[in-house]
Amino acid sequence: MAKMTGAKAVVEAFSREGVEYVFGLPGGACLPLFDALYDAKFKVILVRHEQGAVHMAEGYARSTGRPGVVIATSGPGATNTVTGIADAYMDSIPLVIITGQVRSYLIGNDAFQEADVTGITRPITKHNYLVKDAKDLPRVIKEAFYLATHGRPGPVLIDLPSDVSLQEVDFTYPDTVSIRGFKPTVEGHPGQIKKAAKMIMDAKKPVIYTGGGVIISGAARELIELVEKTGAPCTNTLMGLGGVPGTHPLFLGMLGMHGTVYANKAVNFCDTLIAIGARFDDRVTGDLSKFCPYAKIVHIDVDPSAIAKNVKVDVPIVGDVKQVLQELNKQVGKLDIADWWSEIKGWMAESPLRFKDDPEVVRPQYAIQRLCEILGSDAIVSTDVGQHQMWAAQYYKLSGPNQFLTSGGLGTMGYGFPAAIGAQFAFPDRTTVCITGDGSFQMNIQEMATAVYNKLPVKIAVINNNFLGMVRQWQEMFYNHRYSSSEMGGNPDFVALAKAYGAEGVRVTRKSEVDEAIRFAQSIKDRPCLIDFMVVEEENVFPMIPSGKSLEQLIDMA
Amino acid sequence: MAQHDPTPIQERILSVLVENRSGVLSHVVGLFSARGFNIDSLAVGETEDATISRITLVSHGDARTIEQIKKQLNKLIDVIKVQDLTEEEFIDRELMLVKLRNQPAVRKSVDELARQFSLSIVDDGPKIFTLVCTETRENRKKLFEALRQLGIVEIAQTGAVALSKKTKD
Ligand SMILES: Cc1ncc(C[n+]2csc(CCOP(=O)(O)OP(=O)(O)O)c2C)c(N)n1
Repeated sequence: MAKMTGAKAVVEAFSREGVEYVFGLPGGACLPLFDALYDAKFKVILVRHEQGAVHMAEGYARSTGRPGVVIATSGPGATNTVTGIADAYMDSIPLVIITGQVRSYLIGNDAFQEADVTGITRPITKHNYLVKDAKDLPRVIKEAFYLATHGRPGPVLIDLPSDVSLQEVDFTYPDTVSIRGFKPTVEGHPGQIKKAAKMIMDAKKPVIYTGGGVIISGAARELIELVEKTGAPCTNTLMGLGGVPGTHPLFLGMLGMHGTVYANKAVNFCDTLIAIGARFDDRVTGDLSKFCPYAKIVHIDVDPSAIAKNVKVDVPIVGDVKQVLQELNKQVGKLDIADWWSEIKGWMAESPLRFKDDPEVVRPQYAIQRLCEILGSDAIVSTDVGQHQMWAAQYYKLSGPNQFLTSGGLGTMGYGFPAAIGAQFAFPDRTTVCITGDGSFQMNIQEMATAVYNKLPVKIAVINNNFLGMVRQWQEMFYNHRYSSSEMGGNPDFVALAKAYGAEGVRVTRKSEVDEAIRFAQSIKDRPCLIDFMVVEEENVFPMIPSGKSLEQLIDMA
Repeated sequence: MAQHDPTPIQERILSVLVENRSGVLSHVVGLFSARGFNIDSLAVGETEDATISRITLVSHGDARTIEQIKKQLNKLIDVIKVQDLTEEEFIDRELMLVKLRNQPAVRKSVDELARQFSLSIVDDGPKIFTLVCTETRENRKKLFEALRQLGIVEIAQTGAVALSKKTKD
């Protein structure tokens, strides 16, 4: 048993957990912690804003499947992490966040840089701790990593007063955890799986609808097996993209508000919906009373509270998606659904995903399509939030899971660029591209310094329409073209800005320049490269089912 | 049909075993406010195991809301067990302290009520006297209505505490 300070105990515990990177920024209340980190074997990445640190940790976690780690100081450092933590909570991303806190005897006194961080983060963490005695630290850290990664993953926060990090402790790291209140169900109920298999085998018009749960549980292979064995059509949510390859013949693309017409029609007219690791979010279902009106529903999810929350389910299966699919796959076979497929093929021919192509100007969809074709379907793609995000979901066809990093649940502008940085740290040799908007990019643009300093070859594709484009689209369609506060006056010269940071940059104003710019970015290996795509300003994302509406109100490209 | 059909609002008594630690109650109460669930009453106390507290919680909602309340409570890491007592036989009590005016008519009515309800006088002053009543939730509500007719000067009530009649497993 070694004696050490609480701060050293944190570093030691991180090493035992196999931490590779910690993203953070120091301050008074976590100086002891950063002093201990100075000798750490893993890397500590200094960010420029704590929100950036959390999104980097998220990008790291999503691309690797391992937990991301963040350290921030008390008060403003901690509150700067809040948006990122809420984002990770909504998208079930495993994170461990340590925030410094004022000395324990000052807590509650409105001390300098004090904020009630466990209070603030209670509704946006899977669990949080305020550690008042360093002897609890090894157990708490062990539990934090365990909770973050087991069951439905999520962020766990540890608030650590500075005096506790200076307190001496006998360090013994526990091998196991025992948390009475946390016993997630992993194995699906065999009887329920049998019922589901029968329901699938009886289906005439099945649709497999999958979400982020498939990616998180590492079940993409099992999903493809289910799809191919049954021959049933499959659609993904935004979070589920990459669960089946974007070019798979049985894949219908994304469903929901900006999903393909045929995916939404298939879900609407199906007789059996197999929902896997998805949660029937309102962006997917629209008007619940009209959603999926003819179907029996099988719902597989590790979180019992996600089941039957929004829709009535006929066969609920609580369990880890991978395990359940392995069992289910043994009990299903080829379905005789040729008629159903010809109906779907009809919709595909009638309303394919399409955009106006143009010989001169740069259409945003075209830029993204070329990014995919040149950078490849095995790249890691992060997005921000807005129109470009939807076009990336529609036109960047990915080959596999853990490649699409996007803020699905919270819809956080500013997520994309730091998330790409986090993923690039994890995979220095893989092509990593952030597809962003001129609005979103400016929400965490300061992390350019972090990327340049660490020589990361992240590609940044700014889909620059000089608008908060998605807001403008809603204003055009539903607010009589009144563009209230959505035009981006004062945008910087993004190329010059990239260069000022020491990155590369190139501007594209014509369609003919698109390929060359992407190839140029591809050739830069030791620093970020930004492509400023000056796209058609008032382009809209189609198809679209307006918020809270149903398939009948779907608007497709004219 | 995918949508939930509306079901009638029901009252539920939940018995929730939680870790006996600081901050746990705020997790439970915070969950109710964050998700828009109702708390009609709440009582907390240590159990026979000093590391565990029991929260007895009365709430109401339709079937789907009640289901979500139980699932979301179960999701809290500090919650060890959630028991829906309304689904089994249980014993419950609530406590009420009531100050009334010390007038002959009021005293007479209270004497009559004492035959139906479990109550007694714990403080008897010249102007004001104080009752204590320990009753089931149902009876406590009835008594409260009856006392209201007499003119309550001041009142304090606890939430329900309850236990299942089943032997512990
Ligand atoms: C932090 C935050 N603030 C506001 C919004 C609301 N919002 C959603 S999309 C959008 C516009 C995004 O503009 P831009 O990044 O330029 O992308 P575009 O839609 O033009 O592709 C806004 C403001 C949000 N999602 N996140």
